[in-house]
Amino acid sequence: MTAQERIFLKDAVDNLKVRLLKIEAGQALKARLAAMGLLPGVQFKIINNGHPGPFVIDFKGSRIVLGRGMAGKVVVKPLES
Amino acid sequence: MIDNTKKIAVALAGNPNSGKTTIFNSLTGLRQHVGNYPGVTVEKKEGACRYKGYELNIIDLPGTYSLTAYSTEEVVSRNFIIEQKPDVVVSVIDSSNIERNLYLAVQLMELNVPLVLAFNMSDIARQKGLVFDIEKLSTLLDVKIVQTVGNKNKGIDGLLDVVLQTSGEPAKNLASLINYGSEIENEIIKLQQKFPDSGLSKWTWIKLLEQDADIFKHINNEEIVISVMESILRLKSILGEDPEIIIADKRYGFISGACMECVKSTIESRHNHSDMIDSVVTHKFWGLPIFIGLMYVVFDLTFRFGELPMNGLELLFGWLGRFVAGFWPEGSDNILKSLLVDGIISGVGGVIIFLPNILLLFAAIAILEGTGYMARAAFVTDRFMHKIGLHGKSFIPMLIGFGCSVPAIMACRILENNRNRITTILIMPLMSCGARLTIYALIIPAFFRHELRGPVMWSIYFIGIALAVIMARILRITLLKGETIPYVMELPPYRMPTMKSILLHMWERGWLYLRKAGTVILLLSIILWAAARYPRIETAKLADLNEQDTQTAMLKHSVIGRAGTAIEPLIKPIGFDYKIGTALIGALAAKEVFVAQMGIVYAVTEHDDISVLQQKLSSDYTPLQGFCIMLFCLISAPCVATAAVTRSETGAWKWAVLQFGGLTAMAYIITLIVYQAGRFLGL
Ligand SMILES: Nc1nc2c(ncn2[C@@H]2O[C@H](COP(=O)(O)OP(=O)(O)O)[C@@H](O)[C@H]2O)c(=O)[nH]1
Repeated sequence: MTAQERIFLKDAVDNLKVRLLKIEAGQALKARLAAMGLLPGVQFKIINNGHPGPFVIDFKGSRIVLGRGMAGKVVVKPLES
Repeated sequence: MIDNTKKIAVALAGNPNSGKTTIFNSLTGLRQHVGNYPGVTVEKKEGACRYKGYELNIIDLPGTYSLTAYSTEEVVSRNFIIEQKPDVVVSVIDSSNIERNLYLAVQLMELNVPLVLAFNMSDIARQKGLVFDIEKLSTLLDVKIVQTVGNKNKGIDGLLDVVLQTSGEPAKNLASLINYGSEIENEIIKLQQKFPDSGLSKWTWIKLLEQDADIFKHINNEEIVISVMESILRLKSILGEDPEIIIADKRYGFISGACMECVKSTIESRHNHSDMIDSVVTHKFWGLPIFIGLMYVVFDLTFRFGELPMNGLELLFGWLGRFVAGFWPEGSDNILKSLLVDGIISGVGGVIIFLPNILLLFAAIAILEGTGYMARAAFVTDRFMHKIGLHGKSFIPMLIGFGCSVPAIMACRILENNRNRITTILIMPLMSCGARLTIYALIIPAFFRHELRGPVMWSIYFIGIALAVIMARILRITLLKGETIPYVMELPPYRMPTMKSILLHMWERGWLYLRKAGTVILLLSIILWAAARYPRIETAKLADLNEQDTQTAMLKHSVIGRAGTAIEPLIKPIGFDYKIGTALIGALAAKEVFVAQMGIVYAVTEHDDISVLQQKLSSDYTPLQGFCIMLFCLISAPCVATAAVTRSETGAWKWAVLQFGGLTAMAYIITLIVYQAGRFLGL
C-alpha cells in the first residue's frame, strides 16, 4: 500500500500505527515534544482521535495527550501493522 | 571522610508523575515548607531531614521533562541548580518508563552537578518485566543509581547513604558524555577557539546552539551572539533541521543505546487496566457525565461535609466570645472587650471558618491527582474550556467557586500554566459563592412573586458565568496574552494514592492558608471592625434611644456609615442610597455581612424574622433596585478574604488590586446600564 505516504495527524484513525515525519510548528511546541521524545522518526499509535477534543497516543507505553491544535501541524506516515 | 559542616543541600528533580513528591514526603515528613521562587508563581517546596548526624535541606524542584527555556518551571529548576549549587541533585526517575525519564537526568549530568539517580517505581518496572543491570548502567553513565519504591518507603535509606557519599566527592566533568555528531561538535570547537576567553562552558555553548533565549540574555558580547547565529544557520542548512531537534535526538539516541545494553524487557504488555478504565472515563459520550458526576461528589464533600465542623467552629467561637465578654459587666462597651470579642475573636473565627472547606477540598484534589484522574478530567473538559482560553483543569476551581472563592482560588494551584492560573483566579469572584446566596435569599422573596423567584435566581448565576467567560477571553487576549500552544500532557497510569500523601497534602494547604492568607484576613477584618465602630457617638445623644436605634445611630456615625453616606451621589445613578452604600461597604468583610448590616441600618432586631426586614425593603425600593443590589453584589469587590488569598496565591498585591478594582468598576457600569435601562422602560 503506497496510497497514503504522508497524512496530517487529524486524519489518523484510532489504532493506526504511524511514524512521525515532521512537526510544522513553533519552536516552543517542537521543543516540548522533543523533550518527551517525540522526534521525527519515532513511531506511535493513535489510541483515540478524540475529535473534536484532543488526541491520545501510545508512545513507548505511555499515554500522551496532544491538544487538538496539533492536529494540522504534525505530519505522520501510516505504517502497516 | 566526614565533613565538618554536616549540612547538605539536596535538590530533587524529575518528570511529573515520577513519584518525586512521594519521595520528598518520605524524606521530610511534616518538616516541610511551601513558598514561591522569587518573582514567579512557581511553587517552592523545601523540607528538612536528619540522617546519620547530617542535616539535609531537601528542595523539591518543579516537575519537568527537560531543562529548556520554554517553560517557567524549567528555567526555575535550571537556575536553581546553576545558581544555588546544591551539594547533591537527586534525579527521581520512573524506572518503568526509563528512556523518557533519563532525558532530564542526562541534561543534569551535562550540567556537571553531583548527581544520584533514584530509580523509583521499581515495583512497577518489575511487574512490567523490566530487568536492569544497574551496575553496568551506573558505569556507563558514570553516576550512582539507587532503586526505590516511594510509596512503600523502600530504598530511601539506601538513597540517603548514597547522597551522603556523593556530597563528599569532587564534581565530575560529564559535559562530553554525549557525542552530538561531528557537525555540531565541530561548531562547538570552532566557537570555543574563536572565543577562548569567554569562560563559557560546553554546556553553555550547547544551550546557545539550542537557541535558548534565557542563556542568550546573559551573553553581553555581540560578537558571540552573531557567531552563534551563524553556526545555527550553518547547521540548519547542513542538517535540514533545527539544531535543537538534532541535539534532543542525539540525547535520546545515547539513552536508547545505554538502555539497549542494560535494560531487558521480559514481558510485552503494559497498563491494560488503565486503558480499560480510560475507555470508559474518557469516552466520547460518557466522559463528560462521569466527570460532572465526580465533580458533584467533590463539591458535596467540600461543602456538605464541611458544614458540620463549620457549625462546630462557629459555636466554639461564639462561646469563646461570650466567655471573654463575661469578664466585663453586662452591657459594658469597654474598648478592650469590643476589640477582643468583636475584633479579634470573630476575626480569627472568620479565618478558621474556611479551614474545613479547604482541607476537604484538598483531600479530594489529592485523590483526583494521586489516582491519575485529574489528567483525564483536563482531557474531557478541554474541548469547551479551550474555547474560552482556559485549560480544562480550570473547570475544577471554577466549580468550587460556587461554594466559596477562598478554597477555589487556592485550588488554582493545580494549573501549571501561570497565565491560565492568574486568569482563573481573577475571574473567580464571578462564580456566585455561597455567601452571596444569603443576599439573594433576602432580596428575592422581598421583591419578586413566587413564580419569578427561580428564574431571577438563575439569571443572577447565569450572568456571573457569562461574565466570567467573557472576562477570561478578554484577559487572555490582553493582559495575560500568551502562547495558546496546544498542550502536550501525559496520562499517567491509574494508581492508588496513599493515605499519607493525602493527609500531607491537606495539612500543607491548610497551613499555607493560615500562614499566608489568614494573617491578612485577620488584619483586614480588624480594620473593618474598627471602621464600623469608630468614631464613637457621645453617650448623651443616645440616652433616649432604644437598643436598635442606638445601633443604627452608631453605625451611621462610624467610618463605614459616613463612607456609605459620602458615596451616595456616586451610587445614586445605579439606584442605591446611603443605606445600601453602608451595607455594601460593611459587606467587604464578608458578603453575608450585607444582610446583617441592612438589619442594623433598618433597626431590625436579631430576634425579628427576616420578613420584617424584607417588608421594610420592599416598601423603600422597587424590584428593579432589588435586582440591581443583587447584580452589584454578584460582580463587585470580592470580600477581603478573597482579596487576601488572591494576593497570597499570585504573590503580588497588583493582581488583588486589579481584581478588586476591575470587578467593582465592571459592577458599576453593568448595574448602571441595567438600572437606567430599566427605568427608561418604566420598571
Ligand atoms: N507503585 C508505585 N507507586 C508510586 C511509587 N512512588 C510514587 N508512587 C505513586 O505514584 C503517584 C504519583 O506520585 P507523586 O509523588 O505525586 O508524583 P510526582 O508528580 O512526581 O510528584 C502517587 O499515587 C504515588 O503514591 C512507587 O515507587 N511505586
